[in-house]
Amino acid sequence: MAGYLIRRLAVSLVLVIVATTLAFFLASVTMSPRSNYEARNPPVPESSIDNALTAVNQNNKTPVVERYVTWVGGVLHGDFGKTLKGESINEEMGRRIGVTLRLLLIGSIFGAVFGVLFGVWGALKQYQFSDRLVTAFSFFWLAMPVFFTAVLLKYGALQINQSSGNTIFYYTGEATPGLEGSTFALLLDRFQHLILPTLAITLGEIALYSRYQRSAMLDVLGSDYLRTAQAKGLTRRKTFYKHGLRTALIPMTVWFAFSFGLLIVGATFTEKIFAWPGMGAWFIDSINAQDINVAAATTLFTAVLVLFSTFLADVMRAVLDPRVRTS
Amino acid sequence: MAIEPLSEIQHNVEGEAVAPTTTDDGEVLSRGRLIWRRFKRRRSAMVALGFIGLMFLFAFLGPLVIQWNYEQIDPTSFLEPPSSDHWFGTTQIGQDVFAQTLRGLQKSLIIGLLVGLISTSIAAVVGATAGYFGGAVERVNLFLVSLLLVLPDFLIIAIISPRLKGQSWLWFVLLLSIFSWTLAAMVVHSLTLSLRGREYVSAARYMGVPARTVISRHILPNMASFLIIDATLAVSGAILLESGLSYFGFGIQPPDVSLGTLIAQGTASAFTYPWLFAFSGGILVAIVLTVNIIGDALRDAIDPSSKSRAAL
Repeated sequence: MAGYLIRRLAVSLVLVIVATTLAFFLASVTMSPRSNYEARNPPVPESSIDNALTAVNQNNKTPVVERYVTWVGGVLHGDFGKTLKGESINEEMGRRIGVTLRLLLIGSIFGAVFGVLFGVWGALKQYQFSDRLVTAFSFFWLAMPVFFTAVLLKYGALQINQSSGNTIFYYTGEATPGLEGSTFALLLDRFQHLILPTLAITLGEIALYSRYQRSAMLDVLGSDYLRTAQAKGLTRRKTFYKHGLRTALIPMTVWFAFSFGLLIVGATFTEKIFAWPGMGAWFIDSINAQDINVAAATTLFTAVLVLFSTFLADVMRAVLDPRVRTS
Repeated sequence: MAIEPLSEIQHNVEGEAVAPTTTDDGEVLSRGRLIWRRFKRRRSAMVALGFIGLMFLFAFLGPLVIQWNYEQIDPTSFLEPPSSDHWFGTTQIGQDVFAQTLRGLQKSLIIGLLVGLISTSIAAVVGATAGYFGGAVERVNLFLVSLLLVLPDFLIIAIISPRLKGQSWLWFVLLLSIFSWTLAAMVVHSLTLSLRGREYVSAARYMGVPARTVISRHILPNMASFLIIDATLAVSGAILLESGLSYFGFGIQPPDVSLGTLIAQGTASAFTYPWLFAFSGGILVAIVLTVNIIGDALRDAIDPSSKSRAAL
């Protein structure tokens, strides 16, 4: 088991390296940091453009491979280089990572927990009213892109805020800037900022998981060993939850890993729409600003996160499925 | 002389293997009718099918009928709410929102169909060759699959997108197709592994049928149900991905419009001028919803016994 996980870790490392290399070269080919300077008025002399670009290792006159080697050398020492404006990517990343991780953590936990609950509920009540309700809900939210959900949520929050006369929900930023007060007040403020973005990202996630879980559970419910367990005198409840659900969760670990990439993309939209200063929003900004280093750094971050979720899924699978542990 | 009979045998083998799926019309029709009858039983699916048909009619015939072009500017009405002149209202610069929505709908539908078709084909080829040949081919293909899982399609296309400016939208379709086949390829791979050991595949192989033919004639047709369903769901996935990328300006480039760019333009004033946002957004959600419903009903109709993979 340990050997298996170590082997997976080694493969993951190779994947991260290939993925970020690919991202770096692609970004170097498609983006032109120089165009930011050339469009300026009054025109900037070429030598000073060169100096500025070379200082941040984004000069397209330097061969790509040379720039890549410099960049990798920095990354290996824990330095992700500089943004086009000459700021340290590490410092900015330190500020942003927490914002994104908070969103992703809450989104994946709530999405998985409620998705599994709704899915199991739907499977147990197959074709009854509650199952149809869950199915209709999930179909509806699966069709809603995050950028559409977010606007609807904002609209709903606006109505509630106006009718109550208080600001219950905030929909810009992750905290009120410059707010002072007790720890409780600060936490409450964060919470009020958190609700809408979390809902925007979680609703679709719940819908996705509940569909998977429902079908996985239906597969298990008809199986012989559940009937045997019931014949031996276990209650229905106990067989469903101890024997049925545990087995039905095994395929879910795979979907957890796969849907994590989707979650990250969803978080990107959420951050951008609710003005959260996270990694996803930074990625979008970096493409608009043609900043190669930032695009590469955020891609590296995504790759590591996706692989971490795959690793987590492997561990969960091993916990749930004894066959994985012994083979 | 030794070669002649062999080629004849090959021909016979192929003919035999193909017979039940293509030449025997009665067989095909009855299976098709069976699926259609099962599909018809789902009222929601029939409604969805009707709706999609209607959307296609709107998107492709609508622009011929209405008096406004999507780029045309009506200097007498800026930011007007829906009226008899402009059914969906007008934009800040006096463009007809109805004409724009039809144009966006047209783009999104074409892109969805093309990408669904191409990406499913890529998934079939990559997954089937990996499963059939094994060895190095399998390792390379599966590495590609895991690489694309690590780099979400949205990210790569966004990184490439600065190059899309001023290019034909077909490049965008190509990008969407070549980066969104990974999950389906994994399923095709595992299905191929289970089909590879079947007697008829071994028989074809020992008779010298080339690998290409074995895959296209014996392996892929046997997972046609999965491929059809996947292609359907890939359409809705592609429409969502396209609109997401276009929303950020990484997809369809102005002056052309898609539902994504329209929603992006309308978002800022969604509360004050709701017609800029509500129509394109509502239609996008409705299309994705109906395509998903059709895909779901199609799976139940084609393969009533399969509950696994019945998730999406």
